[in-house]
Amino acid sequence: MRVRIGGHVTGFLAFAAAAMLLPFALPNEYYLTVLIVGGFHVILVIGLNLLMGFAGQVSLGHAAFYGLSAYTTGILTGTYHWPVPAGIAAGLLLVTAVAYLIGLPTLKLRGHYLAMGTLGFGIIVYIVFNEATAVTGGPSGFSGIPKLSFGGRVVSSDREYYYVVWGAALLLFALAQNLVRSRVGRALRAIHTSETAAAVLGVDTGRYKTFVFVLSAFYAAVAGALYAHYVTFVSPGSFGFHTSVLLVTMVVLGGMASLWGAVMGALFLTLLPEALRAIENFDILIYGAILVLCMMYLPGGLAEGARKCWDAARSLARRGSAGPAADGGGPGR
Amino acid sequence: MTGQAHRDPFFHGDGITLRFGGLTALSGVGFHVRRNSLQAIIGPNGAGKTSLFNVITGIYRMDDGEVHLEGKRISGLPPHGVARHGIVRTFQNLEIFTNMTVLENVLTGGHLLVKYGLADFFFRTPRFFREERDLRERAVTALDFVGLSSHRNLPAGQLPFGSQRLLEIARALSAEPRILLLDEPAAGLNMKETTALGDLIRRIVERGITVVMVEHDMDLVMRISERILVLNYGEVIASGTPAEIQRDPAVVAAYLGEE
Repeated sequence: MRVRIGGHVTGFLAFAAAAMLLPFALPNEYYLTVLIVGGFHVILVIGLNLLMGFAGQVSLGHAAFYGLSAYTTGILTGTYHWPVPAGIAAGLLLVTAVAYLIGLPTLKLRGHYLAMGTLGFGIIVYIVFNEATAVTGGPSGFSGIPKLSFGGRVVSSDREYYYVVWGAALLLFALAQNLVRSRVGRALRAIHTSETAAAVLGVDTGRYKTFVFVLSAFYAAVAGALYAHYVTFVSPGSFGFHTSVLLVTMVVLGGMASLWGAVMGALFLTLLPEALRAIENFDILIYGAILVLCMMYLPGGLAEGARKCWDAARSLARRGSAGPAADGGGPGR
Repeated sequence: MTGQAHRDPFFHGDGITLRFGGLTALSGVGFHVRRNSLQAIIGPNGAGKTSLFNVITGIYRMDDGEVHLEGKRISGLPPHGVARHGIVRTFQNLEIFTNMTVLENVLTGGHLLVKYGLADFFFRTPRFFREERDLRERAVTALDFVGLSSHRNLPAGQLPFGSQRLLEIARALSAEPRILLLDEPAAGLNMKETTALGDLIRRIVERGITVVMVEHDMDLVMRISERILVLNYGEVIASGTPAEIQRDPAVVAAYLGEE
């Protein structure tokens, strides 16, 4: 009675098509740059939403994983002239290992304590970026990172880079969607509401929490590697507490436990400062006001707002045509 | 009590002791549950009934004592390890997953019956679809059994209280347990709902599941249980059939106070 190819597949295909066609509709290269940065944020926020929105574990140190990966591949390819794919692989591996080691003790903590634990980790990594001057370049940053290349083929234009970043984002989105709609996704959401009830139903809560923590760090690491080889320069300021908080804001504003929300929250908060740039001095005020209004009227985030609009549009269409309306899923989760 | 334990070694506990600092919640509690029967546990408030459930399911770690199921030691395992042996429970204060639909709650109950791995769900192998379909069928059957299948797509938090209790039972049943522990299943239910619940519990036992139930509603306990264990101040004060328990002077004293 229920076909597995539901609204979520259609939604994904539409999203993928839009992402692939968008560059042709852009008036100039500047927008491309903004959307590439938006792509980094989308990858980061999907990962963080798996951890926060689905499993209910708050991380206030996610920018550290982002930075650790960017610095690792940056230094290995820049200083030691490793091939770019090898540098990226090393960064991903290192972040995965660090996340695992950090996750084992910190995930025993709950709620605010976990947030404090990850906050502390983020601050330590930030200090290392600043102080290990010989390796990282210290506060002035590390430059001379090579452009992204695979086997001698250099990704030089912004347009090409856009497709690399959004290709990765779409792939990681699809994987996250498959994860969420499986026993693992259910187990994670169960942990979110009642760890005890999840455990007595056989969910190994410790293992699942570690798994999703490492996975979300891996997402951050992918974004970090793509960042390093795009900007070709990294500095501690990009990976500090501010970035961690921005990512959490994107998760909450977009909608907890919603992958569409992750995409919307990440893009919205990437584009908003750009849109407000024209009204200098007041931009921060308006930015803040928009955040407050969103949270007051859309506690479920932008995803909830979008769902409401979609439902309203559908019922309007149904009333208008009075014909057989489209049934089934909707955009869903 | 300890002498009984060797007659039918299906599910029994011996010398279970649990202390919170200076307070002894359970002191040398033994129990013995026959296969495919309904065992009730009663006792005044604070007698240690829920503590006993928490100890059996590994939520609390007992200070002393052992629990065995079919000769295998259960005590000392973490909660998910206990669940792996087929012991599943419900909660007195409902622990419904309110962030899910009714059906998803029950699907989560079948967590251990799905074996597919990382690659299967990331890349949607045929195995994934096959196991999810089976799980879904089982979940719908469990919802049918408690009479909630028409609400399957409702957010679980929107169910009325009595239905949430049934949902907890359906969720536990979809794990296909060998032992089902019900913690005050009738609390907060009206008389009609309680009667229906009693019939439902009997049908669960008839399906071959052993049920252990903590309950305050004496009419319900006396009507449907085969054996009753009475706790008071963390100790077993009586054990027997409903008729025996009703006549037991120690039980009468514990409930009504001594003269």
